[in-house]
Amino acid sequence: MAALSRAEAEARETATSTAHTVTVDLATATVRSLNAELHRPTATSYEVLHPHGAHSIAAGVHDEIDVHVRGHAGYFCAGMNQLAHVVVDGSAGNGVAENMMSGTVRVRGDASQSAGATGRGGLLVVEGSASMRCGISMKGIDIVVGGSVGPMSAFMAQAGRMVVCGDAGDGLGDSIYEARLYVRGSVGALGADCVEKEMRDEHRAELAELLAAAGFEHGDQQLREFRRYGSARGLYHFTSEHSGTY
Amino acid sequence: MRDPSERGLRESATFDRASIAAIQHAARTGVYDIRGWGAKRAVPHFDDLLFLGASMSRYPLEGYRERCDTDVVLGDRHATRPLHLDIPVTIAGMSFGALSAQAKEALGRGASEVGTSTTTGDGGMTDEERGESTTLVYQLLPSRYGMDPDHLRAADAIEVVLGQGAKPGGGGMLLGQKISDRVAEMRTLPAGIDQRSACRHPDWTGPDDLTIKIGELREITDWEKPIYVKVGATRTYYDVKLAVAAGADVVVVDGMQGGTAATQEVFIEHVGIPILAAIPQAVAALQELGLHRKVQLIVSGGIRTGADVAKAMALGADAVAIGTAALIALGDNDPQYAAEYEAIGSAAGYYDDFQDGRDPAGITTQDPELASRLDPVEGGRRVANYLRVLTMEAQTLARACGKAHVQHLEPEDLVALTIEAAAMARVPLAGTSWIPGAGS
Repeated sequence: MAALSRAEAEARETATSTAHTVTVDLATATVRSLNAELHRPTATSYEVLHPHGAHSIAAGVHDEIDVHVRGHAGYFCAGMNQLAHVVVDGSAGNGVAENMMSGTVRVRGDASQSAGATGRGGLLVVEGSASMRCGISMKGIDIVVGGSVGPMSAFMAQAGRMVVCGDAGDGLGDSIYEARLYVRGSVGALGADCVEKEMRDEHRAELAELLAAAGFEHGDQQLREFRRYGSARGLYHFTSEHSGTY
Repeated sequence: MRDPSERGLRESATFDRASIAAIQHAARTGVYDIRGWGAKRAVPHFDDLLFLGASMSRYPLEGYRERCDTDVVLGDRHATRPLHLDIPVTIAGMSFGALSAQAKEALGRGASEVGTSTTTGDGGMTDEERGESTTLVYQLLPSRYGMDPDHLRAADAIEVVLGQGAKPGGGGMLLGQKISDRVAEMRTLPAGIDQRSACRHPDWTGPDDLTIKIGELREITDWEKPIYVKVGATRTYYDVKLAVAAGADVVVVDGMQGGTAATQEVFIEHVGIPILAAIPQAVAALQELGLHRKVQLIVSGGIRTGADVAKAMALGADAVAIGTAALIALGDNDPQYAAEYEAIGSAAGYYDDFQDGRDPAGITTQDPELASRLDPVEGGRRVANYLRVLTMEAQTLARACGKAHVQHLEPEDLVALTIEAAAMARVPLAGTSWIPGAGS
């Protein structure tokens, strides 16, 4: 299923490009020196050149700054992000925006496993597709994926919302708690205790809000194509009858 | 009524009373037993080792007069701010949720009073705990309940938990009766549910990924904090080598006697190995890497006395951690609550139902009335007293072996009482030079 087109993201990019921007070139600088600067920022906008898949780029940032990564990022890009707005102009490795608290992280390309894992707040946008375990153990983060997500996504998802504009692999929402999932395309076998739920007006409104926040243009027809999934809450208490469920 | 054995009746060694009760419980309820504490079965332990005090061939230090130091530095391999502890006995990770906020505060107070560290648990960091703990180790667990980068930065060290001795390969559990509103909020869970934690970390798999994960944690904390890796004792030799290769500053090995707040009985009693068998494996791994004493080793699981502390250190540990013993020091299983233990189907000295939140001593509970029984100041004083006794006992033994620092104790100071202990601890059977398995 084709990704929705982006609109707001472009506008935002234009806005930030006018601010004072510090450029860090990872062809010569180290990730350590980059992160040391980002943890005590002297500017409000940063551009990271030649990331070449380096790990932990912009991990642990806790100020409201813009970080634009011009290329592919490795593991844990924008890990535990607070307040910052991070854009990866490429693909991101394992655990992008893991345990994010607030702010936004946008991946222009695809994301590897465990995107947004355990995130507690903020918004993660993956414009391409995300691999397996996207949103695993999410705890309040919002995740919007323009393409598809792999198997076991939203595993043990506790809180927050996930929107998948493409398809979802097997095991979606396995052992899910209170997170809310919206998928536009096909869904493989649902995980234990994850069920499809009625899509009411308030859910369509929530979905529209999330798509808008992610910068994806959408119409009423597209909203109607999404289906909602969540917890049947059947595994909230241990009983021997559950032994065959897992 | 006469004792059945006096009437010539024979109890089955295989189907003993505990086994019969377990079968009856399973048949009646259809659920397996979940409990706290650690392994209760008898396993080779520090009691099976003895020190060879100094005499003609070794020179002892004068008790009470000559110095025997106890300080330890942890995490100076990579961290710019390693921990400097006054004593080599630390408080192991126990969660707020498993324990009351008062109990966590008391542990912090006690540890701080004697210059050692305490540790968070599978539930995040509370203000009470941070506020009363001079040195606080923050755990990163598979569940990531309450994980907060501000807390990472506020911590003094970070412990990546791969497992614990009571349940290597298992995830955490917290039953609904302990998921109070505050616990639920910290863990982002609905109040009152039976919490099931993951046993695998959500964003990395295997030692190569762990290397990158540790790199991320160092980046987030600007390379200041020591990073521990904690494993339950199983394939300890390999686990320690991999943890060190992944960049750990400190490795924590928890034996099967290590406690838990809630785990299946079958897990507690049948998975993992005794700490006695694990320490020599860990030390061998570190020695082969040329990093013994450079990557520090903390061991836990069944530490009760200063003798246990001294023996663990003689086998090569840099420090130990206590959990169950610290709870006992706080007042767990206190005979003053004998009637209340009886009323909930247990007994003082036997109580292990940490999972059900009705702890008469107010330690393993979230019930406000029960929790209020524990005064954090008094509890802290008791923990500090106990830690001092452990330290003084260890010093006594070290001086007897002629050591000016407890860390100078060595395997050569030990012998074993049993063949099993000799083989596991890799020290000679008492009165012989025989170490079973050595040189084979």
